[in-house]
Amino acid sequence: MKKIIQSLCLAVAAAGISASAFAGTITVKGSDTLVILAQKWAEVYMGQHSDVKIQVTGGGTGTGFAALQSQTTDLCDASRKAKAAEIANCIKAFGKRPTEYKVALDGLSVYVNPENSLKELTLDQVGDIFTGKIKNWKEVGGPDAPITVYSRENSSGTYEFFKEHVLKGQDFAASAQTMPGTAAIVQAVVKDKNGIGYGGAAYGGGSKLLAIKKDDASPAIEPTEENVETGTYPIWRHLYVYVNPALDKGEVAAYLNWIRSDDGQKYVKDIGYYPLPKNLRSN
Amino acid sequence: MPSSHKETRRTPGWMGIHRGHKARPLEWLAEKFIFLVSLSTILMVFLIFIFVAREALPVFFGQTDTALVSAVIPPAEMDKHSPAELQKYLELTPEQFKAMDKDTLKTLMDVKVEAQNDIPESFRNSRDARLNTTEWRYLLLPHQWDDYKKPEYIWQPVGQIKKFNIIPLFVGTLKITLIGLLFAVPLAVGAAIYVSQLARPRFREILKPTIELLSGIPSVVVGFFALLVMATVLQKTFGYETRLNAFVAGIALGFAVIPIIFSIAEDALTSVPRAYTQAALALGASRWQTAWQIVLPAALPGVFAAAVLGFGRAIGETMIVLMVCSASVMSWSIFDSARSITTTIAAEMAEAVNGGPHYRILFMLGALLFAATFVSNMIGDFVIHRFKNKLEGKR
Repeated sequence: MKKIIQSLCLAVAAAGISASAFAGTITVKGSDTLVILAQKWAEVYMGQHSDVKIQVTGGGTGTGFAALQSQTTDLCDASRKAKAAEIANCIKAFGKRPTEYKVALDGLSVYVNPENSLKELTLDQVGDIFTGKIKNWKEVGGPDAPITVYSRENSSGTYEFFKEHVLKGQDFAASAQTMPGTAAIVQAVVKDKNGIGYGGAAYGGGSKLLAIKKDDASPAIEPTEENVETGTYPIWRHLYVYVNPALDKGEVAAYLNWIRSDDGQKYVKDIGYYPLPKNLRSN
Repeated sequence: MPSSHKETRRTPGWMGIHRGHKARPLEWLAEKFIFLVSLSTILMVFLIFIFVAREALPVFFGQTDTALVSAVIPPAEMDKHSPAELQKYLELTPEQFKAMDKDTLKTLMDVKVEAQNDIPESFRNSRDARLNTTEWRYLLLPHQWDDYKKPEYIWQPVGQIKKFNIIPLFVGTLKITLIGLLFAVPLAVGAAIYVSQLARPRFREILKPTIELLSGIPSVVVGFFALLVMATVLQKTFGYETRLNAFVAGIALGFAVIPIIFSIAEDALTSVPRAYTQAALALGASRWQTAWQIVLPAALPGVFAAAVLGFGRAIGETMIVLMVCSASVMSWSIFDSARSITTTIAAEMAEAVNGGPHYRILFMLGALLFAATFVSNMIGDFVIHRFKNKLEGKR
C-alpha cells in the first residue's frame, strides 16, 4: 500500500514539474465575442512558433477579469473597457493596473426583417426604438405595425456598448426580448417581420442592415467594411486584450505584438471584425 | 451459551440489516466506501448551500452599495486621512491595506477619481445617482426611476444606475413554472393512468419506456426546438403578438417535466394493491370506473408528490427558458414575455464583477431558489413517506 502511495505521489509531482517546465504556455480567457478570433490567432501563432502553446477559453469579459485578478490567466479578452471596480480589484490583487491593448474594431449594425420597407434611421430614432419610446414602425416612416425589439443578454459587452452609446445610458424597454447571442437575434428578426435587433455587422446574413444617420442632417451610412474602418459609420467599438504588466514580457509580449502587427491583423476580417487602423498597430 | 455469545459478535450491518455471518474484509470495505460516498453527497449539498449563502450575505446585511456618485478623496490629500479612513474608503481588508505601499494606494485612489469623472453629466445630476439600489425597498418595491412615468418594478442590472428589482423575476419564474405544470400534470397523470391501468401489457411495454425516453432529450435541444418551431406554430395557432413568451416557454418546459411526473405517478398507481382493482372489477365496475374512482384516489398522495417534484424540476430548469423567452417584463399575462431566476443567474453571472453588488444579488437569487426547490422536494418526499402505508393498503 505504502509503495503504491509513494509511486502515486511521485507521478503527481512529476506531472506537476513537467507542466510548469513548459514555459511557453499562454492562457487566454474572457469575452465570448472575441473567443473565435482569439482561437484563430492562437492557431496561426502556434503554427508559426512550435515551442509556444496557447490555450483560449471564453466565458465572458467579467469572467476574464476575475481570472486576471486571481492570476489564473495571462491575457484577458474584453469586448468593453475594464470597469473601475475591475481595475481596483486588479490593483488589490497584483498592485498594478492591467495594461490595455486595443486589438480589433467591431461595427454594430441594426437588423430588420428583409420585408421591412425601411432603409435608414437616425441614431436617436434607433435609441428611442430600443428604449420603447417609439412603438410603431409608422412613427419612423415604416409600415403601420408594432415594433418588436430584440436585444442581447445584459451580460454581453455588445449590450452594454449599445446601451451606453446608442441609448445614451437609458434602459432598454422592459418588453425587449433578450436573446442568447447575435445569431439568435438575426434568426428572430428574420422570422418576425416587425422585429428589430442589433449585433456585429458580419452576422446579419438573411436580415436587412439599416443605414444609420448620425443626426437628421448627416447622410445615411451603410455598415460596410470601408465605412467602419474609416470611422464614418457611427456605431463601432474597440475590442481589447488586458494583461498583468508583470507578465507582459517574453512570450506573452511577443504574442501581443504579433496580434497587433500587420500579420496578426490579417485574420481579423475572416472572423467578421475589422482590423485596427494603421496608427494603433504595433511597430 | 456459546451460540448466543457468537451472535453478539455478528456485525449488525447498516440500516438494520442483519446478516448471518461476519462481514468479509472486502464486504466491509465496500460497505464503508458506499457509506463515505453517500456521506459526501450530503456534505456536498451543504457545502454548496453554505458557499451560495456566504456570497449572498452582504446583500442580506445591507453591506453592498451601488450609489453612483460618492464623495472622493483626491489622491493629493491622502496624508490628511487616517489609515482607517483610507482603508474603509478603498474597501480594503486590514491585511490588504497593510500589504500595500503608498504608490499602490495612490493608484487605487486615482481609479476611484477616474470612475467618478467617467460618469456622464446627465447621470451625475440624476436624483437616482445617490441611491443604494441594493436596499430591500428597491429590491422588492416599485420605484419611480428617472425617465420613468410611474413607479415600476425594473430589473436592469447593467448600466449607470443599476436596478435590481427581483419581483419581475419571481413573477416570471412562477408564471412559466405554473404554465408548464398546468400543461404537464394532466398529460403526465393521464398517461400514467392509461399505462398502469388501462393499456394492454404489450402496449404498456412500448409506451412506458417511450415516455421516459423524453427525459433523455437535453433541455438545450428542447429549447432550440421551441425557439425555432414551437414558437412559430403556437403564434400562428393563437395569434398573439409577442412571438417568444411565457406560454411557449411553459409548454416547452412541460415536455421536460412530463417524464418525471409520469414515472413517479405511474409507480404510485402501480403500487396500489391488486386486491382493490380485483374487488372493484368483481363488483361490476368497468375498467375505467376502477381506474378513475378506485385506483386514482388511493394513489393520490403519490400523484401529488409527482406534481410537487415536477414543480421542483420546472422551477430549476434553465436552458429551455433561457432560449425561448427572457425579457424581465412585470406582467401576469401568459402571452407576455418573462424572465426566470435561473435564466437570470445563468445569463448574467459570467459578466458580473466578481464580488460586486450584481454578483451578490445573483447569489442571493440562487440561495432563494435553492430554498424553494429544497422545500418543494421536502414536501414531495414527506407526502410520499407519510402516505406510503396508505398507498400500500397497510393502514
